Order: sequence, then C-alpha cells, then structure tokens
Amino acid sequence: MLKDITIGQFFPGDSVIHRLDARFKILMTALFIVMLFSAKNFISLGVAVLFFIIAFAASKLSPKLMLKSLKPIVPVIVITSVLNIFFIEGITLVKIYKLRITDQGIETSLFMIIRLIALICGSSLLTYTTSPIVLTDAIEQILKPLAKIKFPAHELAMMMTIALRFIPTLIEETDKIMSAQKARGAELDSGTLTQRAKALVPILIPLFVSSFRRAEELALAMECRCYNGGEGRTKLKTLVSGGKDYLALSITLFFLCGIMVLNLGRIGFEA
Amino acid sequence: MDIVKTDDLTFWYSDPADESETAAAGEKKTTVFEHLDISIEKGSFTVVLGHNGCGKSTLAKHMNAILLPCGGKVFAAGIDTSDDSRLFDIRRHIGMVFQNPDNQIVASVVEEDVAFALENMGVPQDVMRERVDDALKAVGMYEYREHSPSQLSGGQKQRIAIAGVIAMRPDCIVLDEPTAMLDPAGRREVMKTIRRLNRDNGITLVLITHYMDEAAKADRVIVMDKGKVILDDVPQNVFSNVDMLKEVGLDVPQSTQLMYAMKNDGFDTADTHIINEEACADYLYELLR
Repeated sequence: MLKDITIGQFFPGDSVIHRLDARFKILMTALFIVMLFSAKNFISLGVAVLFFIIAFAASKLSPKLMLKSLKPIVPVIVITSVLNIFFIEGITLVKIYKLRITDQGIETSLFMIIRLIALICGSSLLTYTTSPIVLTDAIEQILKPLAKIKFPAHELAMMMTIALRFIPTLIEETDKIMSAQKARGAELDSGTLTQRAKALVPILIPLFVSSFRRAEELALAMECRCYNGGEGRTKLKTLVSGGKDYLALSITLFFLCGIMVLNLGRIGFEA
Repeated sequence: MDIVKTDDLTFWYSDPADESETAAAGEKKTTVFEHLDISIEKGSFTVVLGHNGCGKSTLAKHMNAILLPCGGKVFAAGIDTSDDSRLFDIRRHIGMVFQNPDNQIVASVVEEDVAFALENMGVPQDVMRERVDDALKAVGMYEYREHSPSQLSGGQKQRIAIAGVIAMRPDCIVLDEPTAMLDPAGRREVMKTIRRLNRDNGITLVLITHYMDEAAKADRVIVMDKGKVILDDVPQNVFSNVDMLKEVGLDVPQSTQLMYAMKNDGFDTADTHIINEEACADYLYELLR
C-alpha cells in the first residue's frame, strides 16, 4: 500500500526534457501554469495543452505514467466539476428539482477540468524528468538571491534533501511498525472511520519517536563531517545551462505570447 | 606518534533531572571516566571492548570533540579538542562512523553523500570528483555511485558511510559499533573494508565492538569496565584472561573458549593464547594424531 506513493518520483531517461537545465525547467513549469491561468477561452487553453503535449512527447515518458499521476486528484476534479455545473448562472438546459444545469455551467466545468488536469500533468512532468537532488539544487540556486534578505535558501534546500533521503526509510519503518502492531492484534483495515483513525495513533507515536532519534543521530553524523551551514560550501555537481535551455525557454515564451493574443479573440467561453 | 591521546581525562554526565538545583550541582552526576590515560598510535588498529555502559562510546565521542572533557585533556591529531577554533580541523583528521548506517547518510544519491563532507569543507569541484571516486573505489562501491542508498543492503550502506568519511582523507577513523546492525555477510564486508584501509592506506582504526572475532583481528585490544581500562594488550594476551573477561560480562573468541574448556578438563597442552580458528584446528589436529 505504502509502496505506491509517487510524490516527487523520478523516472530516469535521456530525452531532451531530461537533459534540460532544472532551473529552466522550473521556470518553464511556472510559465506553463501562468499560461493555464491566463487562458480565457478554449482556443488559448488548447494552445497551452498543445504546449504540454509537445513537451510530454519530447520527454518520451509513457502516457500511463501521466494517468497514474492523475489518480489522487480524481475526487478534486469530480467535486469541482459538479459544483461548477450546478452553480454557474446561464441558460437552463435541465432542471432537477431545485438544481439547474446551465450551458455556462457545463462550459466552465469542462474548462476547469482541462485546466486542472493540465496543471497536474505539467508539474508531474517536471518531477518525473528531474532527479530530486537536481531539483533541490535548482531551487537553492533560484532562491539564492533571496539570501540577501535573510531568506534561508540553503537551509531549505538541505531540509528538502534530507526529507527526500528519508522518505523511503520512513515508509519502510511505517510498514514495520504496522506489522508489529498487527502482530499485537491491532486492527488497521477494519472498523468505523473513528476506530481506524484511533488505530493510527499507535503507529504514528513510535514513528515520531524514532524520527526524532534519527534526526539527532543524523545531526551528529553531519557535524562529524564538518557540516557548518551553507557558507563556503562547494558542490560536487553544478547546473550548466546551454543553448538548448534558452531555445526551450523561447518556445515557452512564444506559446505564452500566443495565448495572450488568442485571449483577445472572443470565441466561446469568457472567464 | 600518537594520533589520539587522552591525558588524565575525567568526564561526567550531569543528571538532567536535577538541573534546577544548581546548588547541589556536582553531586548529582554520573561519572564516566576518572583520570583516564589512553593513547592510540598512528597507523594502528585498536579495538575497544566493554560491556554496555562501560564508557566506550563516550570515549569515542571524545576523540573528535563531540564531547569535551570535564577534566584533563584530549589531543586529537595533536590538537587540543577544547580548542574551539580548530574544531573542523579535528573532525577532518578524525572521522567517525556510527552504528546505524541509515542515520548517517544525508543525500539520496551515493556519490552525493560521499561528497557531503568535501562540500562542507569547500573543496574545489575537480579535486572533489577525484576524491569521491577514490573513496568509493577504496570501499569497493564505485559501481553503485549513482544508486539511491535505499536500494542498498546494510553492509553496503555502512561502506558508503565509511567512504563518506575517508573522502575527507582522515588520519584516523573511529568506528562506534559499525557492524552491530548488520547481518553476518554485511559484517564481513565492513570488516574486510576497514582492515584493508588500515593495511593499504595506513589509516588508524579505532573500532568499538562487542564481537570478539572482530577484536581478534586487531593489533591491540583495550578492555574497559566502568570507565577504566582493565586490559590493554595484543589480542592473544587479552583473550587468555578468560576469567577476567567473563567477570566483566564479555566473551572470548570461540576457539579460545574451546582451549579454555579443554585446559580446565585437564589438557595441559591447551593454549588459551589461541584466538583464531586455524591455530585452534592445528592444535586439535596435533592432539588427535
């Protein structure tokens, strides 16, 4: 059960997208999100989706993976679309008791679904094609200028590195604790919601205690290896940007401009 | 030359429960060492043995200034550990490996973790690459440099932790029960690795363990009990004190145990200086011939 967690999962590969500088990829993902939220009609939204499809095709990942990343947000999609269908004013198409389905409602909810799916897929593409370490490095470098106003950029990156490092360890540990509690007769998979929530307590407490112990030992081990904060640190690998990164960024900007222009057209839905 | 030297070391843990009563401070404390003098010779392989709570881990923590003496001095690589300004010099010279390999690996890629200490020290990139590769080759984990530590076995993880320390090019490594959480195969891997580092790279080893067969391979064995050194000699001589070791709750290697039992049963020729299987087998062969 716990093995299926896909947060920050990385699928190594050798595609163009994989080889792009992570800093540019983060920037491009941010621009893609801007595209999605600035799109005002179906055509400009379509262009944003097209941008994603091109990037996805270039990444050579299997579409199945993308579908898998959507699984956890299915409830969110359903709720948003249902709410939109019923609560947007417009010309009534169907009336069930007091609830009305309007043409505007259907349009808005369709628009929202596409936008949400594209949003998740786009950010998944970033994490699928970028190793967490490189991603952390990139975030650290992007945030570095903020260190001048005392923003803890290095500390944040270090925390992310350690968190990523300990995700598998803690998952393994949780599995062990669950087995141990089951062996003592704990019922984790049955009972009412409150019973199940209560059954989690004897799992979480040992997990917390052991995490603190781990943290203490890790801190000691880090000190023994001369860890002294971010100052004067060098890196084993540095991020390098080249022509292809600037080209990819230009393409992104081109799409963004295209969307801005298409927004002026008045085809279909107006947000 | 001594790489680590304790000079009249005294240390106590103050009882945290009684911190409010500062007036009575000094009474409520757990004394670990009183006037301890130990010196570790450069290039040697020393094992520290002792029952739980005898102060062996506390001693290890004094060797690279994690703990500072309450009385007396500790010199690590010739530097007084109470000299705060040279803390990182000390840590660079005296590396430390702990029991749980999971809790000392920082990064989620093997080579990034090995580079961690070098990154902290601000080593330039090209030099760092070379030292990381050297360290990984020295522990025989070069092929795994791009793996995630979570995919590795306990023994392999511990070797990565060792590589992370030797990348600093320390003179001495202090290992605090590095094999306690490993399976027999992992233990063998780690022992082989550290013995090779000692032999080929001349790195001084201080190994804290409770496995007697590991101790049998050292140049020198220090047995501690209640914060005092009770035996300090080559393994053969230490393990021949079977009664004394049993008294402080320690075992002897199995071959020594056999010799001891035989001697007690009237085989006068049995020699309790025998600490390894080969010598023991030779003796039995001679006896049965």
